[in-house]
Amino acid sequence: MTTPILELRNVNKSFGPIDVLHDISLKVHAGEVLCLLGDNGAGKSTLIKTMAGLFRPSSGSVLMDGKPVEFNGPREAQEMGISTVHQFGGTFPLMSIGRSFFVGVEPTRGFGPFKIYDRKKANQIAVKAVQEFGITRIDDGDRLVGGLSGGERQSLAIARAVHFGARVLILDEPTAALGVKEAAHVLRIVLEARRRGLAVIFITHQVMHAMTVGDHFAVLIRGALAADFKKGEKTREEITDLMAGGEAMAELEAEIESHLKSHEGYSPAA
Amino acid sequence: MSSLSIRSLLRRPEAGALLGLVAVLAFFVVFGSTSFLKPAGIASWLNVAANLGIVAIPVGLLMIAGELDISIGATIPAGALAVAIISGHYSQPIWMGMAGALGLGLVVGLINGILVVRTAVPSLIVTLGTLFAVQGLALGFSVLLTGTTSVALSPAKSGPLVKALFGEFIGGSFQVIICWWLALAAVYIFYVHFSPFGNWIFAMGGDKVSARNAGIPTRRLTIVLFVLSSTSAAFVGMCQAILFNVAQVSAGMTFIFNSIISVVVGGVLLTGGFGSVAGIFFGTVTFAVVNQGIYFTTFDRNWSSLIIGIMLLLAVLMNNTFRNMALAYRPRKK
Repeated sequence: MTTPILELRNVNKSFGPIDVLHDISLKVHAGEVLCLLGDNGAGKSTLIKTMAGLFRPSSGSVLMDGKPVEFNGPREAQEMGISTVHQFGGTFPLMSIGRSFFVGVEPTRGFGPFKIYDRKKANQIAVKAVQEFGITRIDDGDRLVGGLSGGERQSLAIARAVHFGARVLILDEPTAALGVKEAAHVLRIVLEARRRGLAVIFITHQVMHAMTVGDHFAVLIRGALAADFKKGEKTREEITDLMAGGEAMAELEAEIESHLKSHEGYSPAA
Repeated sequence: MSSLSIRSLLRRPEAGALLGLVAVLAFFVVFGSTSFLKPAGIASWLNVAANLGIVAIPVGLLMIAGELDISIGATIPAGALAVAIISGHYSQPIWMGMAGALGLGLVVGLINGILVVRTAVPSLIVTLGTLFAVQGLALGFSVLLTGTTSVALSPAKSGPLVKALFGEFIGGSFQVIICWWLALAAVYIFYVHFSPFGNWIFAMGGDKVSARNAGIPTRRLTIVLFVLSSTSAAFVGMCQAILFNVAQVSAGMTFIFNSIISVVVGGVLLTGGFGSVAGIFFGTVTFAVVNQGIYFTTFDRNWSSLIIGIMLLLAVLMNNTFRNMALAYRPRKK
């Protein structure tokens, strides 16, 4: 068994008296997609932010390539190769594709106080990076990001992370706000990132999307890891049940069932 | 070919301001007199534009970055009073007075910036607070130290060199501050549109959290921008005191609205993330032309506020249209 790129060992996180994460242990390997499932409020965002260097764990350790690491802020995590892409792509709607792609690390020409932002080079690299991910419709780096579709914006953000040397890609609900077609697009890009040997942590509450791309699944309930299993070990229904807290879902189903019986087969809405 | 380049011009943030400027110039040439475009006429609106413009550009950059600064309304007279009190009333060397004025601007900017960054209180409220605080301080100290709210700074105390550099009329009617404005505008255009620094400002205004995640020092940049606007305001106040040989407590409040109007007419998005220095520049000139042009017409000058109000609304609507055009733009398939 190879060493995982990123590993959490018994990580706890509390804000004052409120415990948000309890004893989380997770591993993700290169070329693997780890799906992090959980209902709203399960602690997914806190977990992501802990991995991305925004929060420090209250106890427990984060390991990269088997060595314990501590991040003083998101920039350090990024330099170690951990990139987070947020729901709306983390891109700037009123900036051009080229400028948005290179925010914070602008390519320049010239020297000293006369450094000039190299627009041509930025646009060229950005467009090439996005096209390599299969988005061939983007061919002009001067276009504004706000004019792209939701899926294209996500793809741009993922291409950007990969271009800047991400080894671990944290995708925070990338498909939540997208239509079916757009979501399929993003899922294809997730698979492309995996093919290139990245470790992908895919956060979602859409079980179907998770099952399409995931190799490994972790379900988070009220800040604790409720289940940790490999592809094919559980069915879709089982996962949905887990996410909703197991019993609650079964109860709901029973309720609907009895309702259907008492109304001679009509659904409650009818 | 020519229609293509017009299209690409319209997608730029300064398109509205440029069209607006042409429109108001035409308006005042038609309804006013041609003396409006003779040197004395040009000086009248260029002087207004220069004084306003030096403050409007950094105020506009703050707006692009998603912040507001209205404390400039008090920092301008405070800067004027600082130089007049130190060098006029206490007869200290002029460079000390100038350092005092600019230092005051620096401190006000630091306070604004640090408060905004640390407290997350909207910058409108923070700078509203410092607006009144600085005004109170200026008034209080002026009366306490000099016994008056109008402090003289004689030309002898300024000295010929400082007079020539900061407070003189060139050709009898052009204030020397016009040169400063043009030079500063050029420097701003370089740093905002051609250096990485400018990219950070736009990113910050577009999405502050993403910008920080991308490694941009958003807090430091916010503080720098507030220091820039306050120091520019103090600079304008200082130049006015040196030019008119007197500093008054109540000489800056109109700058607050005037700078915001210039910036918005110049195509800057009020919520941040979009705009240009050239746009702010043209917006300022447009405002100054309307503000002064009324004197060259037979209209009563009270109508100028009406024109400015309508112009502002038209400019905002027009800029919205142009911005949507920019968003919808995609190159045509070859």
